[in-house]
Amino acid sequence: MELLRFATAGSVDDGKSTLIGRLLYDSKSIFEDQLESIERTSRDRGDDYTNLALLTDGLRAEREQGITIDVAYRYFATPKRKFIIADTPGHIQYTRNMVTGCSTADLALVLVDARNGIVEQSRRHAFIASLLRVPHLVVCVNKMDLVDYDRGVFESIKDEFRGWATKLDVTDLSFIPISALKGDNVVHRSDVMGWYEGPSLLHYLEEVFIASDRNLIDARFPVQFVIRPMSDDHHDYRGYAGTVAGGVLKPGDEVVVLPSGFTSVIEAIETADGPVEEAFAPMAVTVRLADDIDISRGDMICRVHNQPTIGQDLDAMVCWMSDQSLLRTRDKLTIKQTTRSARALVKDLQYRLDVNTLHRDHGVASLTLNEIGRVSLRTTVPFFFDDYRRNRETGSFVLIDEASNNTVGAGMILGATQ
Amino acid sequence: MDYELSHLRMLEAESIHITREVAAEFERPVLLFSGGKDSCVMLHVATKAFWPAKPPFPVMHVDTGHNFDEVIRFRDETVDRLGLRLVVASVQKSIDEGRAIEETGPRASRNRLQTVTLLDAIEEQRFDAVFGGARRDEEKARAKERVYSFRDEFGQWDPKNQRPELWSLYNGRHHKGEHMRVFPLSNWTELDIWQYIQQEDIPLPPIYYAHRRDVFRRDGMLLAVTPYVTLLEGEEPFEELVRFRTVGDASCTGAVESSADTIEAVINETAATRITERGATRADDRISEAGMEDRKKEGYF
Repeated sequence: MELLRFATAGSVDDGKSTLIGRLLYDSKSIFEDQLESIERTSRDRGDDYTNLALLTDGLRAEREQGITIDVAYRYFATPKRKFIIADTPGHIQYTRNMVTGCSTADLALVLVDARNGIVEQSRRHAFIASLLRVPHLVVCVNKMDLVDYDRGVFESIKDEFRGWATKLDVTDLSFIPISALKGDNVVHRSDVMGWYEGPSLLHYLEEVFIASDRNLIDARFPVQFVIRPMSDDHHDYRGYAGTVAGGVLKPGDEVVVLPSGFTSVIEAIETADGPVEEAFAPMAVTVRLADDIDISRGDMICRVHNQPTIGQDLDAMVCWMSDQSLLRTRDKLTIKQTTRSARALVKDLQYRLDVNTLHRDHGVASLTLNEIGRVSLRTTVPFFFDDYRRNRETGSFVLIDEASNNTVGAGMILGATQ
Repeated sequence: MDYELSHLRMLEAESIHITREVAAEFERPVLLFSGGKDSCVMLHVATKAFWPAKPPFPVMHVDTGHNFDEVIRFRDETVDRLGLRLVVASVQKSIDEGRAIEETGPRASRNRLQTVTLLDAIEEQRFDAVFGGARRDEEKARAKERVYSFRDEFGQWDPKNQRPELWSLYNGRHHKGEHMRVFPLSNWTELDIWQYIQQEDIPLPPIYYAHRRDVFRRDGMLLAVTPYVTLLEGEEPFEELVRFRTVGDASCTGAVESSADTIEAVINETAATRITERGATRADDRISEAGMEDRKKEGYF
């Protein structure tokens, strides 16, 4: 069974919680005690129907304030796939949370209220999904029941959204008219929208082809941990443990180790279950090389004729995530990319991107919480990176505040600074 | 070769990645091991992560003293088999030393007291990363917790002030005295756990499979008759064919009626069950809707 991770975005009013509740409920992923609990709460609140949105209510602080504080992860499975939902709230911290949710998603689901059409928030959500290179974007036009299931409403939203999406880097875009409240086209195809010939949302989630989304070309193996048992049975064993970050590795491959530049040959790729003939992302394996080379955490093993960019100067789109500090030129931060950490200096803040209009504001002095901008960094040691659009694992990094130790920024690498 | 991994292989790879990351970046990690199924899976993943070496950290059991004998036996055998060091942090000792005060009354439980013992042990042994087997599908408060869950000097969790966690990049930086709880199984569900136990043939304490036991009914749950609980008026013990879905303090962990005595039967039962694991079997979570949220903030697992 395959695993599909998707991120949802939308505000409370878009019916996102109801939609997730509906997916869980109709796919029979809700347990009786959970259902009893929300039925009781719905009655207490005077709702006329079982409020499925309550299923996704999390912390008491959130229930009291009627908001969602944070990304929540939810799980359900059908006989075809297992799903992990990163449920991101639509309120003020939207950008930070949606960036987080999208960073691991195969698919992003954006909700649009059929009555309101495309609003600023819809554009923002689509932009963030494209910035994070989420391979599939699904727009659910919700509350179709409130516009009499009118095809014209759906088609005009679809056309307008497609127009906007041409400005973005979206590879796969789909539209589904739904009513999360009534269940139309969520799990089962609706019988009141005969004009819609596509799949229900769940059917789409079960069938969308994700295997080709991974990078199987550029072999990248960041060394995470050096295994040296030093026991009698494995006296001279030295293996490099890590998670494949791209491409395919095979025993016999000629490889180069960065930063030293020494070359060797892969002798074996091992796991506790035995050796494997091929390793690809995101397999966690241990690589043994034919030669004794000094290799440590943070080094990268790759093919001789296909190497990442190596350098100390890089340009990236950075989303600022701290409400305690700003990102400013000359700031020094800790950068963590693959298994490598070092210090980084903000050399330049080239522009801030308006996530609603995509306008570039040049000449800004800082980025504040939830703002995204193009930044040039200089690092204390060389990093081995790829364009984020080519590889999400070797093209991403986080920035950490050196005093508070908080994660304050998320970066998507564009390339070496020109 | 289609370059696809099953969902269990994907989950395992993610958990191995997290486990190695902790071993690489922390000085004194420890893995919480109770003999419960989730901690058995977590330990199994850890042994795979460093194979052919042993996991480079000890395991710790926070022992309430209210144990099922079979589970303690299983714990000791497992630790011996894997050649690991076991740290036992004893709730009884915390009580004897006046660090924790025993609850009284027929519903008394040592569940909440474990927090004191756990935090004391972390401080005494200077552990800076503590692996726990919690899963996000278990409970509402857990659904919003990070894989790396930062704890301040008081061991507290602040749900409103969590570090963003992106891609497979984990930020383990902390000051002295602070620590990280790490949950490598965050993305697993109860069914995933059972399917993986079957796939990997992981040994579990026998109480997870159907057996005959003396039980009594309280608050709609079946509790085992043990020396640690006092029967209330009207509570009649009887023998029943049961198994446990979770293993915790014997005084507050409920059994379910079941004839599932093999892993296949347990998986079928789990796939068909209509009640959550904690809803069915944990008296501690029934205290209030926010029970877990409150305990987590105090520093609970």
